[in-house]
Amino acid sequence: MNAKGTVHKYGNNIDTDVIIPARYLNTADHGELAKHCMEDIDAQFVNKVQKGDIMVGGANFGCGSSREHAPIAIKASGIDCVIAKSFARIFYRNAINIGLAILECPEASEKIDDGNTVSIDFDTGIIYNETKGEQYQAQPFPEFIKEIIANNGLLNSIRKKAGV
Amino acid sequence: MGMTMTQKILAAGAGLDKVVPGQLIRVKLSLVLGNDITTPVAINEFEKNGFDGVFDKSKIAMVMDHFVPNKDIKAAQQTKQCRCFACKYDIDNYFDVGEMGIEHALLPEKGLVAPGDIVIGADSHTCTYGAVGAFSTGVGSTDMAAGMATGEAWFKVPEAIRFNLTGKLKPFVSGKDVILYIIGKIGVDGALYKSMEFTGPGVSELSVDDRLCIANMAIEAGAKNGIFEVDDQTLAYINERVHREYKVYTPDEDAQYERSINIDLGMIEPTVACPHLPENTRDASVLSDVKIDQVVIGSCTNGRISDLRIAAEILKGRHVAKGVRVIVIPATPTIYREAMKAGYIETFMEAGCAVSTPTCGPCLGGYMGILAENEVAVATTNRNFVGRMGHISSKIYLASPAVAAASALTGVITDPRNI
Repeated sequence: MNAKGTVHKYGNNIDTDVIIPARYLNTADHGELAKHCMEDIDAQFVNKVQKGDIMVGGANFGCGSSREHAPIAIKASGIDCVIAKSFARIFYRNAINIGLAILECPEASEKIDDGNTVSIDFDTGIIYNETKGEQYQAQPFPEFIKEIIANNGLLNSIRKKAGV
Repeated sequence: MGMTMTQKILAAGAGLDKVVPGQLIRVKLSLVLGNDITTPVAINEFEKNGFDGVFDKSKIAMVMDHFVPNKDIKAAQQTKQCRCFACKYDIDNYFDVGEMGIEHALLPEKGLVAPGDIVIGADSHTCTYGAVGAFSTGVGSTDMAAGMATGEAWFKVPEAIRFNLTGKLKPFVSGKDVILYIIGKIGVDGALYKSMEFTGPGVSELSVDDRLCIANMAIEAGAKNGIFEVDDQTLAYINERVHREYKVYTPDEDAQYERSINIDLGMIEPTVACPHLPENTRDASVLSDVKIDQVVIGSCTNGRISDLRIAAEILKGRHVAKGVRVIVIPATPTIYREAMKAGYIETFMEAGCAVSTPTCGPCLGGYMGILAENEVAVATTNRNFVGRMGHISSKIYLASPAVAAASALTGVITDPRNI
């Protein structure tokens, strides 16, 4: 499992209200949510983002509301992976549960710049910055989480275990 | 090595004698909660994955509180989807218009949460129920769907920070000032992934409403949960409302904490969190040059009867400042009726406030008090992020009901002791 794309970089404490403002939570439609992703912090994001791109944030990425609409909007906008110095815990859980790859890596969060091209090997946790020729090591997912992702999300993983 | 309150509750829920921080466990759930925003996403996942039954219809709560009474057609469709699901699976605790209140005020009031419970809710402020000694935490909609189907959830056992409370609050200082003070001290990620455990002699000086408010905002420090030691006040509150067995957990004497922080309640001043993070705290007294356009008194943080009481005491016989709009939202129908009987609603309306039926509305910028460009609000809510209550250039100052009411009278941020 790998990813490669252009980076969209943001700062610390990116909250779920700026990822997807509550005024758009009157729908659960993934495409509709994606249209407003990051709108209150970067109105141009939806015009710039390409399928397969990477998002990079600072500390406490995804803090605030438990809305699963936030990782859904990011994933549906085309982003394949979010890298941050640290994640708020509900966002971290939600991203895994819906199958959006996320990696904690303080060094990558600090050194990667907006617009860099980055490739990621999820098995090893190695993040390679092709623009700068730098390599950063993230913690690969624990087995427990790999199993959820391999099964395409939490519910599917539960169903498989139950033999349904 | 002993266990913290949270670790003991989680160990019991997992059927284990002992757990250690970092351990991944699967626990049995006492209650699974969702609202009108998060439940539709859970229902979609539940149905998409072919589940056709819930684990226990008496252990699921659905509270239609965010955009209800419905603000538009799309919101009405979402509520209808929840209503149909609740009807199909005969969910006991489905609360709609007329019965519904703001979820985290409603559930404790209805006796649906008790000490030792393990509660997950698809709403980040589910951590509120730690006030009565439960382990409760916010999750997303997929976790809610899995919880409804299986009655279980997975957790990583958290470390804990111990807050040793001493002393007694000064007049006009409340639980809101305590939690804002703490978040100001440790930061919005100061308790990331951890439990905040509140113990010490100061606990008994805090009312249950104060504790609900403090535990409510544990998420604003990044915590997995906030939890209070159970005392006689908790038991009096619970025994009036909960009609089933529950178990009280106390921390082991040799419980390991990541760190311990002493909080002298008597040192805390009326505190305000300035835009755009709950950690940007200042004393209310130094913010008197901040002009305001709107005041909101309500929410899962501060819409309880004691919140309305202090606001009414400050507003009684006075009128809000010219040009300031004040919206008061009792958090549940019971609180609304209690406020009516006590004359608070009359006081609010005579002072020039609008009083709304229970809703989360303005707190998350849904409806019922959206801010225009460059407007400034003092709100008793829990988040002051960019654009949270309306236009991205608007500003929110988080405060207690006392500070909010005092500011409503003057039109600037005001220390209630100066009224």
